[in-house]
Amino acid sequence: MLNFTKINVVIIYLIFLIISTFSILNFQKRDNIYLDKKVNLGLDLQGGSYLLLEINSDSLVKEKIQSKVIPIKKLLRENNLNYSDFQIKNKKLLFKIDDKDKFEVIFLSKKNNSVNPYIENYRSFELDFTELENNYIEILFSKFGLLTINNSALKQSIEIVRRRIDDVGTKEPTILQRGEKRILVELPGLKDPERIKKLLGKTAKLNFRLVAENKEFGVDELISETGEKLMISKRIIMSGENLVDAQPSIQNQRGEPTVSFTLDRLGAQKFGRATTDNVGKRLAIVLDGNIISAPNINEPITSGNGMISGNFTFQEATDLALLLRSGALPTPLNVVEERTVGPDLGEDSIKSGLTSLIIGFILVIIFMFYKYRIFGLIANLALIANLLMLVGILTILEATLTLPGIAGIILTVGMAVDANVLIFERIKEELKTEKSSILAFDLGYSKAKITVLDANITTLIAAIILFAFGSGPVKGFAITLGIGIITTLFTAYFLARHLTSLIVLKNNNKEIKI
Amino acid sequence: MITSNINFASNFKKANLISITLFILSIFFMIFKGLNYGIDFKGGTLIELRAENDINETSIRDSLNTMDLGDINVKKFGKDRDYLIKVEQINSNDNNLIPEIKERLSKNLNTKIDFRRVENVGPKVSAELLESSVIAISLALMAMLFYIWIRFEWQFSVGSIIALFHDVVITIGIFSLLSLEINLSIIAAVLTIVGYSMNDTVVIYDRVRENLLKYNRVSISDIANLSINETLSRTIITSVTTLLALLSIYILGGEILRGFSFAMILGVLIGTYSSIFVASPILKFLKVSSQTLEKKEEKIVP
Repeated sequence: MLNFTKINVVIIYLIFLIISTFSILNFQKRDNIYLDKKVNLGLDLQGGSYLLLEINSDSLVKEKIQSKVIPIKKLLRENNLNYSDFQIKNKKLLFKIDDKDKFEVIFLSKKNNSVNPYIENYRSFELDFTELENNYIEILFSKFGLLTINNSALKQSIEIVRRRIDDVGTKEPTILQRGEKRILVELPGLKDPERIKKLLGKTAKLNFRLVAENKEFGVDELISETGEKLMISKRIIMSGENLVDAQPSIQNQRGEPTVSFTLDRLGAQKFGRATTDNVGKRLAIVLDGNIISAPNINEPITSGNGMISGNFTFQEATDLALLLRSGALPTPLNVVEERTVGPDLGEDSIKSGLTSLIIGFILVIIFMFYKYRIFGLIANLALIANLLMLVGILTILEATLTLPGIAGIILTVGMAVDANVLIFERIKEELKTEKSSILAFDLGYSKAKITVLDANITTLIAAIILFAFGSGPVKGFAITLGIGIITTLFTAYFLARHLTSLIVLKNNNKEIKI
Repeated sequence: MITSNINFASNFKKANLISITLFILSIFFMIFKGLNYGIDFKGGTLIELRAENDINETSIRDSLNTMDLGDINVKKFGKDRDYLIKVEQINSNDNNLIPEIKERLSKNLNTKIDFRRVENVGPKVSAELLESSVIAISLALMAMLFYIWIRFEWQFSVGSIIALFHDVVITIGIFSLLSLEINLSIIAAVLTIVGYSMNDTVVIYDRVRENLLKYNRVSISDIANLSINETLSRTIITSVTTLLALLSIYILGGEILRGFSFAMILGVLIGTYSSIFVASPILKFLKVSSQTLEKKEEKIVP
């Protein structure tokens, strides 16, 4: 175990040098064009927000099933199926039908079925139906129908969340899908998470509807911004989908912040027609079921440009414009998990983490030197090499360093010496019985090998499981702990062993004590 | 050199009695006193704040009590003007809650307040986190069991797993006794303890196996005693270096890492104790002898 060929030695030190060189990259001030790798700081160290958003598709499913009413009725009529007592119940449709068998054949036809499309990749229809008593039939979305709705809502939401966040202009946001209903958002270095949360919490469904004079058919009673109770027609003249741009602006006469918007061609036509036909009436601008304002239509607006006023502050106008530009979310988003760390706490954490790392390191080094003298020095050199390589690998992987991650490094420092301790203690034992010190060292290394491996693999198993199941900061801990074990094995079994062999072989004839 | 002749085996009985008592007490505390789950597992909102002027816990609690937030827990956190507020599960969809709390506090207490950390975990997510933590710990135990089973004989596997259980249960029991908070980082600590304790046990077991093959007719308690003694200085040195590193985190690493490092310190102490006084006696109890090993050798090498 003490014989190294020249090639082996070269390879060992080359590996060490290359990997540990990467650790230096973290200290360079300017960006390196050739090797721009760095250990990323976790949100708990650099400050920032972690948000887990969940889509709530209930309202969307309700909407979707309602949109099936007309096509289904049409389908029934076209096929001369008599139906009665058609009801919409929450997420289900319910009606009475005479000829169930015929209905089944039509409803479950795989070809050109626009009412109940067959989803090839799930091998399932979009809708399910069940027969109830008295010839009633109940229709609702199938499991895969719901999945498809969720999926497309989630994809769309991610896109809109991304647009809103990009518009605010935070640096390097992470926006990822998590599971079937969730979106993970990481915003490093964010100063005002509340604003982002507010922006993401609004679906921003905008529509323009006329204020009705009396309680005619199809009105909603909404409270206006001035506290006035208004009847708003259910008929939507135009919705936010027709907006191509929205910007905050200051209205000159009163200096009041407003949002000016531009419509697409179709929107401009619709808006033009509606405002021409209804001059003198009031037009309500409704956002997420609340009236922003309900101004009078003084003259037809045909240019496709308009303005929304509503006692905004400039910030509110800016945010509303941003929301309108980015489009409406298909469903409301709920924040189900939030973790925000302010930048100064992050700095404090880095400081205390590094201090404890340095002190822990020094304590271990002193102790090892006290215990093993010259060989303690070797173990310490191995420890320093270990740290350099650990940071080097973290840099190569561009891993994220968290506060628990720093704790993982400190723990590695404490536990890394274990490999060398095991070996040295073994050598001590062998020295008692073996006269030749070379042989004793050789035996010590080879006998301790299995134990060192066994002992480290168990910790590695724990680290891997932590990595697989842990979230955020805990993952950071698992990464440093796991990599630490690998670098520990390398430094103990290659670097320290080589250094030991140099000493032992040099003092060939003398008695060596550990 | 550290001593080589302490008679551990004669103390096995006494130690086992202590271990069993502690184990039962721990389970008793877990059941009847319960665990102090943090918001990670219980759901709720946590705010770490720093005030510009002197304030106190009562005034914070009083000004929040009117907000109908449910159970409120306020305590000092590290430095003088740092406080930690924990609020029971509340309507997590209210996006305005945090700014409202902030405004109310700075108004009522008449000082500038900085929210240094805000964590909010909904009930669904906290239930999931708890579930995945339990799965992670169970999986870690199973993986260890499996590894030792491959590397050694089944008796060793049983012994090490019982020692691990002992460590995990007593550590959590102490957390219950002291009402210390259980959160995600404590779970990470527990898993690391599992790794560390295993590491310690394996070192002794490796030596036991080696000695069993070397000394054919010696009883298992003597073999265990010899093996513990032979590896004792390593056990102590490694514990000391690990504890040095951990103490450094505990004292200097800041408030956030305090619970984590405390759990680890407990775990290292208990883990070291258990590999000597729990894992080793079990080998005797399961009647491990040289023959146990030989049988396996025969199986492998036909």
